[in-house]
Amino acid sequence: MSIDRRTFLALLGASSLNLVPALEAKGASKHFEGYPDSYGILFDSVRCIGCRRCEIGCNEVNDLPLPEEPFEDLGVLDKKRRLNERAYTIVNKYHPEGRSAPVYRKLQCNHCLEPACASSCFVAAYTKTPSGAVIYDQSVCVGCRYCMIACPFNVPAYTYADPVSPRIMKCTMCYPRIIRGKLPGCVQACPNEALNFGTREEMLSLARERIKGHPDSYLDHIYGEHEMGGTNWLYISGVPFPELGMNENLGTTPAPKLTSGALAAVPVIAALWPVLLGGIYVMNKRRDTQAEQEKDQAVTRARTEADEKAEAKLKAFKKQAEQEKQEAVAKAVHEAEEKASSQTDEES
Amino acid sequence: MSSDARQAGIKPGLTPLRIIVGLILVLGIIVTVLRFTTGLAGVTNLDHSNPWGLWIGFDLLCGVALAAGGFVTSAAVYIFGLKKYRSAVRPAILTGFLGYALVVVALGYDVGIPWRLPYPFFVQAGPTSFLFEVALCVALYLTVLFLEFSPAALEWLGYSRLRNLIVKLTLVLTIFGVILSTMHQSSLGGLYLIAPSKLHPLWYTAYLPVLFFVSSIVAGLSMVILESTLSAKYFNRVLDKSHQQEQDILPLGFAKAAALILLAYFFLQVISLALDNDWGYLTSGYGLWYCLELSVFVLLPCFLYAVGYREKNLRIIRFTSVLAVIGIVVNRFNVSLVAFNWHLPLSERYFPSWMEVVISIFLVTLGILAFRFIVTRMPVLFEHPEYRDSH
Ligand code: SF4
Ligand code: SF4
Ligand code: SF4
Repeated sequence: MSIDRRTFLALLGASSLNLVPALEAKGASKHFEGYPDSYGILFDSVRCIGCRRCEIGCNEVNDLPLPEEPFEDLGVLDKKRRLNERAYTIVNKYHPEGRSAPVYRKLQCNHCLEPACASSCFVAAYTKTPSGAVIYDQSVCVGCRYCMIACPFNVPAYTYADPVSPRIMKCTMCYPRIIRGKLPGCVQACPNEALNFGTREEMLSLARERIKGHPDSYLDHIYGEHEMGGTNWLYISGVPFPELGMNENLGTTPAPKLTSGALAAVPVIAALWPVLLGGIYVMNKRRDTQAEQEKDQAVTRARTEADEKAEAKLKAFKKQAEQEKQEAVAKAVHEAEEKASSQTDEES
Repeated sequence: MSSDARQAGIKPGLTPLRIIVGLILVLGIIVTVLRFTTGLAGVTNLDHSNPWGLWIGFDLLCGVALAAGGFVTSAAVYIFGLKKYRSAVRPAILTGFLGYALVVVALGYDVGIPWRLPYPFFVQAGPTSFLFEVALCVALYLTVLFLEFSPAALEWLGYSRLRNLIVKLTLVLTIFGVILSTMHQSSLGGLYLIAPSKLHPLWYTAYLPVLFFVSSIVAGLSMVILESTLSAKYFNRVLDKSHQQEQDILPLGFAKAAALILLAYFFLQVISLALDNDWGYLTSGYGLWYCLELSVFVLLPCFLYAVGYREKNLRIIRFTSVLAVIGIVVNRFNVSLVAFNWHLPLSERYFPSWMEVVISIFLVTLGILAFRFIVTRMPVLFEHPEYRDSH
């Protein structure tokens, strides 16, 4: 276990010595337009026939365990399913109002341009690669599951039943395949071009083309172009996306922006608090010492006053004693003189 | 041990309370074994949509908030110079320390791979995460609390030189403790900032970090009042005279502070409501629940604390401290469990399993037992005769 530079800086920053997190947060708050030429995948719900081939393809290329119900069982489509530890992707069936035919929608990781999962992970287990794929590194994951809290699309799943090395499970955009020029498993398996692969720019143009070409079949909205700051997986549909269980109220703010402001405040606390608290302490201390000094002064003053008084008393006393003594002496002399004169009178 | 126990005036024998405690311990150990042999799935009701349950909502969020008494009291005494509350510092620091230690233990149950808990510091850091902030501050603060408490243990053990050295660090440790507490108490609220689409708008606000921090001060103050009540009741035999006297003045000062802070908290809540313009939600079911939280667990304790302070009525204050503590728990539960995933249908919502509850109770019990073990031996509720007036 070695501390690399990044860890070290982060530790420093968080322990109040400098402003690294603030700077990093600032860097993150500039809107990231996505890596140029990163890949994208377009899902077209108008073309999707709900055959679950993409689920099979994904299961095979990723060596996932077989699902509880076999893939051939299309009955499961009726259940509302979510992504789980056995499936990186899932197709759900919806019955939008006023439509006789059902509409299908494929779920998997959307590979956000600025992923919430990556910004929330405290060991940085997620990486947004230049290919567009958001990949996860099991070897550092602590299993806190904060990424699952953070992901606005409810994508990451966890192998809760594993006591020894549980992990996050989520679509990798077939990263190992696409960097070698192969198609993602699900795209390859799709029989109806409901899934298309190319650069994100190409997919956006393709989406616009299809919308323009069949304005009756499509709504003019590419889901994922701006949602949560944009995603590499894009969706077009003939029915409003909320009918397909997709949240249209996510806004266009990328996830890291939700926290960067507050995070940037943290080093400020670390920098200002000691000064503030130290100041309060010094003030109180001074107040205390002042009070102490005043008390001391009062005591000495009282003491000197008392001393002076006592001295004056003593002086007065002495003076009086002196006077009395003198008087007594004078009296004695006087008496003696009188006695002497009366004696002389008798003798004569 | 047995002589120690006799010294502390504990009589041997089975009482109903002891049977219950024993039962909790046995159950706790069984569930612990299950947790680490069958995984989280074996003991919890967590699922992919509800990755955080009782162990985060109660053990982490409430645990940290309720352990805030340590930093609140030591700041009041050592920084704000309120020396008259000095005897409350050690018990508060001790509860703080035990509280945080248990938070870490609880995390050991909750995270998938507990032995990797130090990874964020030693292997790879994710500084863009609020959880990183929380982890770092909790780890550092636990160390600070340990140091702050160590003089009591060292006095007990008779290591006076080391004890005097650490006592000299009191101010530095206190300041450090306040900084770390401010940071992670607020960061716990910050954890939820990333999920505006999952947390009900009445509870989601950009002010979450501030609200968590401010309410943690109330939690700390209330816990210290509550503790002093309980210690007076159950550990009266070890309390010395100055501790007994402060038992009566402490609740007054702390109640006044708590009333003021609760009022500030209430206004912060209203401001955040107004800024997000969430008034419309107030008439829904969640709105009612939100109003209930604010009135019964914020305004009412605020009012009662104020009354208790004005009339110097300790009974009202003590009752209010219980109410305020429950209020903090309600608030943390609301943010982490009740209002989280509010848009999901009821069948997909989370409710803790009995085994999760057992572990939470088990850990609290361990904390109380450790507290009792320590206060009946170490100079926490009384001053060590050799160190009187020296701190
Ligand atoms: S959809 Fe969720 S898991 Fe996928 S990249 Fe975005 S935040 Fe991460
Ligand atoms: S569960 Fe793993 S990947 Fe997810 S946030 Fe925690 S450490 Fe990161
Ligand atoms: S891109 Fe790969 S991992 Fe993702 S859903 Fe398709 S096949 Fe599965």
